[in-house]
Amino acid sequence: MIRKARTHVNQNEPLLFELSSPGKVGYQLPPLDVPPVDAAAALGAQNVRDQIQNFPELSEVEAIRHFTRLSTWNYSIDLGMYPLGSCTMKYNPRINERVAQVAGLAWAHPYQSEALAQGALEIMARLEAALLEITGMDAVTLQPAAGAHGELTGILVARALLASRGNPRRTVLIPDSAHGTNPATAAIAGYEVRNIQSNGRGMLDVPALARIVDEDVAALMITNPNTLGVFEENIRAIAGILHDKGALLYMDGANMNALAGLVRPGDNGVDVMHLNLHKTFSTPHGGGGPGGGPVAVKAPLAPFLPIPRLRRAGDRWTLDYERGQSIGRVRAFYGNFGVLVRALAYILAHGGEGLRNATLDAVLNATYIRKGIEADYEIAAQAPSMHECVFSDARQAARGVHTGDIAKRLIDYGFHPYTVSFPLIVHGAMMIEPTESESKRELDLFIDALVSIAREVEEDPETVLKAPHSTRISRVDEVRAARKPVVRWRPA
Amino acid sequence: MRYLPKSDSERGEMLAACGVSSLEDLFAHLPAEVRLNRPLAIADGLSEYEILDYFRERGAQNASGYASFLGAGAYFHYRPVLVDAVVSRGEFLTSYTPYQAEISQGTLTAIFEFQTMMCQLTGMDVANASMYDGSTALAEAAMMAARITGRKRLLAARTLHPEYREVLATYARNQGLEVVEFGYQPASGALDLEDLDRKLDAATAAVIVQSPNFFGIVENVNEAAELAHRAGALLLDVFTEAVSLGLLAPPAGADIVAGELQSFAISPSFGGPYAGILATREKYIRQLPGRLVGETVDTRGNRAFCLTLATREQHIRREKATSNICTNQALIALMATVFMTVYGKQGLRELAEQNLAKAHYLGGKLPLRFSGPYFNEFVATVEDPAALNQALLERKIVGGLPLARFYPELGDAMLVCATEMVRREDMEALARVWEAAQ
Repeated sequence: MIRKARTHVNQNEPLLFELSSPGKVGYQLPPLDVPPVDAAAALGAQNVRDQIQNFPELSEVEAIRHFTRLSTWNYSIDLGMYPLGSCTMKYNPRINERVAQVAGLAWAHPYQSEALAQGALEIMARLEAALLEITGMDAVTLQPAAGAHGELTGILVARALLASRGNPRRTVLIPDSAHGTNPATAAIAGYEVRNIQSNGRGMLDVPALARIVDEDVAALMITNPNTLGVFEENIRAIAGILHDKGALLYMDGANMNALAGLVRPGDNGVDVMHLNLHKTFSTPHGGGGPGGGPVAVKAPLAPFLPIPRLRRAGDRWTLDYERGQSIGRVRAFYGNFGVLVRALAYILAHGGEGLRNATLDAVLNATYIRKGIEADYEIAAQAPSMHECVFSDARQAARGVHTGDIAKRLIDYGFHPYTVSFPLIVHGAMMIEPTESESKRELDLFIDALVSIAREVEEDPETVLKAPHSTRISRVDEVRAARKPVVRWRPA
Repeated sequence: MRYLPKSDSERGEMLAACGVSSLEDLFAHLPAEVRLNRPLAIADGLSEYEILDYFRERGAQNASGYASFLGAGAYFHYRPVLVDAVVSRGEFLTSYTPYQAEISQGTLTAIFEFQTMMCQLTGMDVANASMYDGSTALAEAAMMAARITGRKRLLAARTLHPEYREVLATYARNQGLEVVEFGYQPASGALDLEDLDRKLDAATAAVIVQSPNFFGIVENVNEAAELAHRAGALLLDVFTEAVSLGLLAPPAGADIVAGELQSFAISPSFGGPYAGILATREKYIRQLPGRLVGETVDTRGNRAFCLTLATREQHIRREKATSNICTNQALIALMATVFMTVYGKQGLRELAEQNLAKAHYLGGKLPLRFSGPYFNEFVATVEDPAALNQALLERKIVGGLPLARFYPELGDAMLVCATEMVRREDMEALARVWEAAQ
């Protein structure tokens, strides 16, 4: 039985270009208080464009209705649980949005003098200090714009340290359970990728690692807890194996929501890591960005961090550009400052104890879901779950129903699907991360939904195979989209 | 804690269901030595009011209430109220990347519209769903050009934004790409095409130019493109001031366009978050990094949109992907989309014309360093730029950007920007102080 949702009418809406008609406007500029300038005379006639073909012409009323109607076609955290494993879709506090719009912050220009930017620099410094305390690392850069950007920065910093010791080395080791960004990052940083297998308990195979690591290995990129939601309990031994050969331990901080306040990577041999502010620190995903991907390192790597570096000079903050060993810049200006503001607001709201309590609740929620559905689905790893739990569709696949079908059926039950078919090492993976933001009631509805779907798979698999049934559109033809890509509107 | 929606008795029920007696028990399997055995040294949690207060105080420490003439890659433009009305809707703000098309048509449709408008503005055939910012869009575009041509050398104009060149250098170094710079004409401030021609060779993957360039000058992109194409290289055109697209002819000779959309209703916000864009010719679509939304149909024949050509991307291709990029800047791109919708065909033109008029009014009163045609910023000379800026601050004016830091040969010059938001009286005040400083 579907308890969380039922359908209601929502509006159809054409594209902007189909709504447009000549002569309509949605703006009014103030009168020009200086003489007009003839563009062709000032710029040269060949540099001035004709009108922009088919660019929209709409009134303000049509514009707001257009985007409001579109918005009602989206699911969102504000509507309910978003159990995407590895994505940490937690509540996005609205005070964070409010403070990011404080005029002295939102309208701060990146080139206003340091004397007129002390408030912004203070915010960055305070966030740096908090992130160092949470991770147990020695230095952090806030410049990277997203998690994958942080990964690249971190690997480049690692490479620079190794190069300064005489040899950047050739290989980066990556567990087969890793996010796809890890190998892509290593390749872009100029490394060869070597995959290493997980053991039967869903953890990195330590003896296998010991056999592989040699002086050619630059680093291991590990995710902890890993993408099975399992804590890599041998983390210190792993670090030791790498360090013995002069290699570095990189940690993908995507799953830091399982650790904040309880375990610090820096206390356990991690040399360099990135954080995802849009995961652990609640900044909104916004339909796919913006994010923030700070990179934290141990002291030997600090000289190589991107410029500029924040530095205290007497009673004020300054930006230091004179860093001879730095890898350079990875982005113009200083990073996604507005995202940094939101992350700090989240940390201030929680405080140290609150961050720890959030972690406890996140792990409780994942464990509760695991208990609630393990009679109906096949758990992927026996080890205890941290902040997420991974199942496989093995039992349902026997009835011809796969993880993607179950995910689509969850939509009819009023939920966003879990992460489908990842990690790759679990065939038919169902990766569920509730975060700490879910109430017991929401979790119970979710468990009921998955249990009910398991029953449907037994009794009426067609209903699951054809899901979703209650959405504006049914399953889309992705093959057609890719075969002959139509990636822009054109007039008929 | 107000963000944690459980009572202690509910926690107790859940723990019992999990077969443990305390929250700590959930972590009993962790080796003791990995645990942090003390509270985090972070102050106790604050109320909403205290948080607001803290950030208001920080905002007040920054410049506020000043007229500003800064540009240089981040511009002060008016943000129509519809922008925040739309992006603060939870359905846009708090949704994930639209992998599940059935419940993400809002985001997907908006991105499809965004991609279309980017093509209309740049004259390109395809545009992606946005990049982190202009500087990283440029770096990705350069790597894309190297993949397409199989060449390893990049010729970058010195009039390209200096910080963009720094980002390009970081990416290029580790990709085995060589970046060579070519100069500008000392009188006009425009590209030195002779220098470009001398440096072009059969190893050159791309010629990278910016228009309007860092000095605000509108470049002859098509001439540079002809030279590049003659050598078998691509022309990569960069823009940092998107409002110029309302007035300037799109670069017909460009093969790839990389730009920054901050001017389209994105707050300067001390440098980010912004949104970059990458657009190109149809034939290069499979080399384009980043997310792309495509049109398709559902099983009932309804028009629908979905993420497409994912086989270029890291989650499918892993180490063989075109880029390690995972996300775009969806919410920021949505701001730009609403902005473009509000201004529309007429408004974008009028807005650009107002910028042109303001900048030329101010430029007419100051000693211009270069003779080339400029849009809404320009370089003007003054013996001591720092002293001038100090004098301006006393009148609540933030002056221009002294150029010595990036161009030692322009130690007596500042980059000055005038958008539609500067008032005539502030321009006149600036001009008076400038004259007194001469």
